[in-house]
Amino acid sequence: MTTIDYAERIPNNVNLASDKALQRALEQWQPDFLSWWKEMGPEGSQALDVYLRTAVSVEPSGWANFDYVKMPDYRWGIFLAPRDEARTVHFGEHIGEPAWQEVPGEHRANLRRIIVTQGDTEPASIEQQRHLGLTCPSLYDLRNLFQVNVEEGRHLWAMVYLLHRHFGRDGREEAAALLQRRSGDTDNPRILGAFNERTPDWLAFFMFTYFTDRDGKFQLCALAESAFDPLARTTRFMLTEEAHHMFVGESGVARTLQRTAEVMRALSTEDPKAVRAAGAIDLPTLQRYLNFHYSVTIDLFGADQSSNAATFYSAGLKGRFDEGKRNDDHRLEGATYAIIDIAGGALVERQAPMLNALNEVLRDDFIRDSVAGIGRWNKVLDKNGIAQRLVVPHKAFNRRIGSLAGVRVSPDGQVVSEAQWQASVAGWLPSAEDRAFVASLMGRVVEPGKFAGWIAPPPIGVNKQPLAFEYVRFG
Amino acid sequence: MNTAALVDVLKQHLIDPEICIRCNTCEETCPVDAITHDSRNYVVDAAKCNACLACIGPCPTGAIDNWRVVRRDDPHAVVAQLTWDMLPVEDDALMRAAMLARHVAAGNVAAGNDAASCADAATPAGMAAAAPRGGPLADPLAIPGASGAVIPPASAAHPQVNLFSMRAPATAIVAGNFRVTDDCADSDTRHIVIDFGAVPFPVLEGQSIGIVPPGLDREGRPHFARQYSVASPRDGERPGYNNLSLTVKRVTADHDGHAVRGACSNYLCDLAKGDAVQVIGPFGNSFLMPDDPAAHLVMICTGTGSAPMRAMTERRRRLANGQGGGSLTLFFGARSQGELPYFGPLTSLPRAFIDINLAFSRMPGEARHYVQDRMRERMSGLARLVADAHTHIYVCGLRAMEAGVIEALADAAQANGDDWEARWRVLKAEGRLHFETY
Repeated sequence: MTTIDYAERIPNNVNLASDKALQRALEQWQPDFLSWWKEMGPEGSQALDVYLRTAVSVEPSGWANFDYVKMPDYRWGIFLAPRDEARTVHFGEHIGEPAWQEVPGEHRANLRRIIVTQGDTEPASIEQQRHLGLTCPSLYDLRNLFQVNVEEGRHLWAMVYLLHRHFGRDGREEAAALLQRRSGDTDNPRILGAFNERTPDWLAFFMFTYFTDRDGKFQLCALAESAFDPLARTTRFMLTEEAHHMFVGESGVARTLQRTAEVMRALSTEDPKAVRAAGAIDLPTLQRYLNFHYSVTIDLFGADQSSNAATFYSAGLKGRFDEGKRNDDHRLEGATYAIIDIAGGALVERQAPMLNALNEVLRDDFIRDSVAGIGRWNKVLDKNGIAQRLVVPHKAFNRRIGSLAGVRVSPDGQVVSEAQWQASVAGWLPSAEDRAFVASLMGRVVEPGKFAGWIAPPPIGVNKQPLAFEYVRFG
Repeated sequence: MNTAALVDVLKQHLIDPEICIRCNTCEETCPVDAITHDSRNYVVDAAKCNACLACIGPCPTGAIDNWRVVRRDDPHAVVAQLTWDMLPVEDDALMRAAMLARHVAAGNVAAGNDAASCADAATPAGMAAAAPRGGPLADPLAIPGASGAVIPPASAAHPQVNLFSMRAPATAIVAGNFRVTDDCADSDTRHIVIDFGAVPFPVLEGQSIGIVPPGLDREGRPHFARQYSVASPRDGERPGYNNLSLTVKRVTADHDGHAVRGACSNYLCDLAKGDAVQVIGPFGNSFLMPDDPAAHLVMICTGTGSAPMRAMTERRRRLANGQGGGSLTLFFGARSQGELPYFGPLTSLPRAFIDINLAFSRMPGEARHYVQDRMRERMSGLARLVADAHTHIYVCGLRAMEAGVIEALADAAQANGDDWEARWRVLKAEGRLHFETY
């Protein structure tokens, strides 16, 4: 068995060098992770030198270590945000008690489930994105994809650390299983539905990182409030990396829109066919991609009424977004929240106990955040003198989870029949033809400083490097 | 001379709203809570930002790294920034005026003008306590460290930074407060020792800490923290104790000579033994001393800029300097002997341990001497040091001294037939030239 130089190979602030139990667990798991990475990580990328950012400490100065790295040699680290000795539980039944440094027996199963569910999404997204490098629109984008991939890998490490450190044998088995499930595998799929969908093209990748990584942000923010302090500190640190993923999505879509707007302006046209013929992605197609990723992502928050959510909150396992900044009693017994229901063939609002509606609370926070970014996308159109706008579809549109799962709802919030849905769905969600068109644009561009015709260059490079910088070296 | 006052400028830290994705990372990172947001924009409060640059690395977009020259008395207000859709264009006229002012100010110093010694010298680490608004970026053309190295010496110990923030400051207890300028001198400079008790607060020589004055300012907001360089070595003012010392000059006038009571310096100078102080930091990860005992240290300072030099000198003294081969050379300027902090203890150090060169600009009946004059007097030795790969140069004190010191260093390089610009690049790249001026 190979021994690992822990301080060098695995940057950490969890005292790994003197934690024998953790070392033993990682000695088993680390080689398995590397073989998983080689099998399921970015395709054809193992020998490339990539200009990556590696976190070597939790201090601001430890953040931005940029250098060329071969991805299998990336130093996946284990970092927890600094501990606040005085931290107390600030919501639920245990409010005011000291935060937990170890897992309380009665919450063991639920905490393990929360950590495994979060951990499972990290390798899943890497698997979903593993073919994208073959169709990258530029070296800059290829590098950003790889940065997202290695950071999702580090997030897996972060969750595995918690499983190894705090959950004993069960934890080790769950950590091993995280490397055994496969996105889209019929026999052994990833836990959450959205993480078994393919990420077939770069527009889907940008939409995924904008919407689905933003779901990650809100889940991590809710877990960063947890009474279980190691989970709170781990997720607090992960948020800094999640921000980069959302940046890739937000700027990726904005650059796509910029190119589309330039083409529309140059041709003085709003005709999608003319835009497509000019090699850009037309606005209706962009809207349909948005509708798809938005609706699939808001399903990730779970059923609109959930007794699990109530239990997790009352027990102090998972808070609300910005729990510490809210002014209420942080127990929520007796509080209510508006959820959407169906009555007499129409959507109606109805008050439900807030404790049971906490998934909906988090979903609505996510929606507010998403809408703000779409407003910034619309500014790109506005600046280019284009009158059309992107909009978010209704919250009940295309839902597969919760009380809205069985109902057909149009993007503007009208309940429609199955026949109406089938007649209109090609205008609401990406069709096979849309996806084929987008795929047809996905030619590989790897000449430094060059960008595919469907996307505009970014305003600035990574780490202030020029756009023509060799972000990836093929050796 | 008034030109400089006419265009007192600030290089204001701003966030580009067109690139920012509102991820909150900068606000989460900022150790002094200078960053805030509304539903539209994330913005930096010029009154709070101390340009520690902690937010720059973590920003995923690069939106954070934007700077605009503004009038110090009229920075872009938070409420205005919150309405922006794009950054304002750089004010070229102001930029040119600022460059001119800098040139004039530098020229005045070389010609022996007052500016170097009469201005407020309260804050070694750069935040002008009496300045009405804004951070320490008095230099319109350079963000901190731009003229010196941004990396520490190769053999420097690893610094701890930002362990305590405004949200959760450390509490220290005053263990002593002594005047270190002559009783009859105009300026009241104090040596203040604070003790952290059981709270770990590790510092290295050259690092600084932030002091949070209690109470509220005239606008009813909490005071922002002021930074002070640590004047004691890493193992404490008293070896083995968890304490450190600061060198603080009581501020009684602003840069233009108007009477102003510096909020933080007066608070510190009036502290009594046993008082509690709120402390944040430590800060600084490049102005650090080499641990290599063979390294030569050239220390050039004025007034309270002596604090980090005292820390480094004391570190070397405790390690029985000389055995490793590294030398200490000090150029230290003040108005008069009585106003030179630590004059007594300093002059009692053996000559074989440290080569001390004092410059006084206001000794009755004597010509005015500045540190660069003393450097020129020692040109042959200085030239040897500048060329030596073991030499590390530290400059701390009033910004006005910078130009004269650089000219003297350039002359020293030329005395070796060396190209100063090339030498300067090497010194910077190897973390061997450091500026802390204010």
